Amino acid sequence: MSEQTTEAADVQAFHSTDTPLTQDELARVIADDIAPGSFVNLGIGQPTTVSNYLSPEKKVTLHTENGMLGFGPQATGDQVDEDLINAGKIPVTELPGASYFHHADSFAMMRGGHLDVCVLGAYQVSATGDLANWSTGKPGAIPAVGGAMDLAIGAKDTYVMMDLFTKKGDRKLMAECTFPLTGVGCVSRIYSDRAVLLLDPSGVVTVRELHGLTFEELQERHPDVRFEKAGA
Amino acid sequence: MLEFVDTAAEAVSRITDGATVLIGGFGNAGQPMELIDALMDSGATGLTVVNNNAGQADAGLALLIKERRVAKIICSFPRQSDSWHFDEAYRAGEIELELVPQGNLAERMRAAGAGIGGFFSPTGYGTQLAEGKEVREIDGKHYVLESPIRGDFALIKAYAADPYGNLVYRKTARNFGPVMATAAAHTIVQVDEVLDEPLNPEHVVTPGIYVDTVVGIPTGSGVKEREEREALTAGRPKPCMATKTAAELAAQK
Repeated sequence: MSEQTTEAADVQAFHSTDTPLTQDELARVIADDIAPGSFVNLGIGQPTTVSNYLSPEKKVTLHTENGMLGFGPQATGDQVDEDLINAGKIPVTELPGASYFHHADSFAMMRGGHLDVCVLGAYQVSATGDLANWSTGKPGAIPAVGGAMDLAIGAKDTYVMMDLFTKKGDRKLMAECTFPLTGVGCVSRIYSDRAVLLLDPSGVVTVRELHGLTFEELQERHPDVRFEKAGA
Repeated sequence: MLEFVDTAAEAVSRITDGATVLIGGFGNAGQPMELIDALMDSGATGLTVVNNNAGQADAGLALLIKERRVAKIICSFPRQSDSWHFDEAYRAGEIELELVPQGNLAERMRAAGAGIGGFFSPTGYGTQLAEGKEVREIDGKHYVLESPIRGDFALIKAYAADPYGNLVYRKTARNFGPVMATAAAHTIVQVDEVLDEPLNPEHVVTPGIYVDTVVGIPTGSGVKEREEREALTAGRPKPCMATKTAAELAAQK
């Protein structure tokens, strides 16, 4: 193991297992990499499951772009209040220390680099960290972007949580995205069922973890991407 | 001059054909539903509407769009599972859409309200939504020039107004309200409570300088607010307080 301890997640040496991670296991891997005391935005959908593994002792505060820090789990029964929802428009709860603010402040907070981590889904990510997650560019589709472009470039670190391949078996890690971009060079890590990958502007992808996929298979499926094992 | 009126119809009576109307709300939270209904009844048409979405189901903004009263919509997320009236108008080419990332949408209105002529935003750089816009590199980072969005009117929902037009909001229903209030020539507010006494100046979220017309309309927000106050008075936690974090709940399962 590395002698460095300050940024343990960054210096983890390459390791692998024989089976792909389940969604819950993946959520736990991401949660474990989020530093105590962080301010975090978990987007909508699958990334929100990361909160299931953020222990209270870590004192991580969740941000939702519709104007709140410190929201708790989904509201049930009497807790439900129409005036208290998250970005997915799901009723949520307040935790002690919560705060409310207006939309311009909420996005200023994000754009200004005050959030530590944002976790988003993706259609495609490029080796240099370009993100495509708002449109598949299908002709005739009605476009909708929401806060995706602001989120992608706002946080200090943008992590993508996704499957490494589509259901059809198409790759989602690209040399260059073919879908319309959400942001340029904004993704620093990909957390997927089969691989945990660290990205930087060089385009050389550092492979931290593989699950049910060998390094050779990874390279074979992405011939135009250069990979290196972490800590190698 | 600040005015307090009795009905939503009076509140929106100044809005004329072709006006640009900023409409608050994110989902149902903070949506000035009664003001939108009154705007519908007023007959005003050819409107430009600014809202985060483009109407949901068969209510409010969706009905304005259904009746083709909205010529143009500026929003971040028009397409939803229940945005069928917008979808139909858009596919028929009967509504113009300007799609704006949500943070740029808020900041463009903030700029209008703050007298800023434009600003460079990193959001959208290198994407389709920045095509044709001026790009500038500042300290090694790329930014896109964005322009202010001004409204002739803003329709917003706050929780309470005092006699000076000072406003407080409720939870995430605040969303676009305070920004839109600053960005419109005439701001119309519906509130659950019209107070007889001034608000604590330390608690004011939108100062009365931004507010022109106030109408008191009781909604579900007032019901929840009273439940919350009763609980606190009785020494119980507010109903919306989480008793456990997501991780603690997940661990129980």
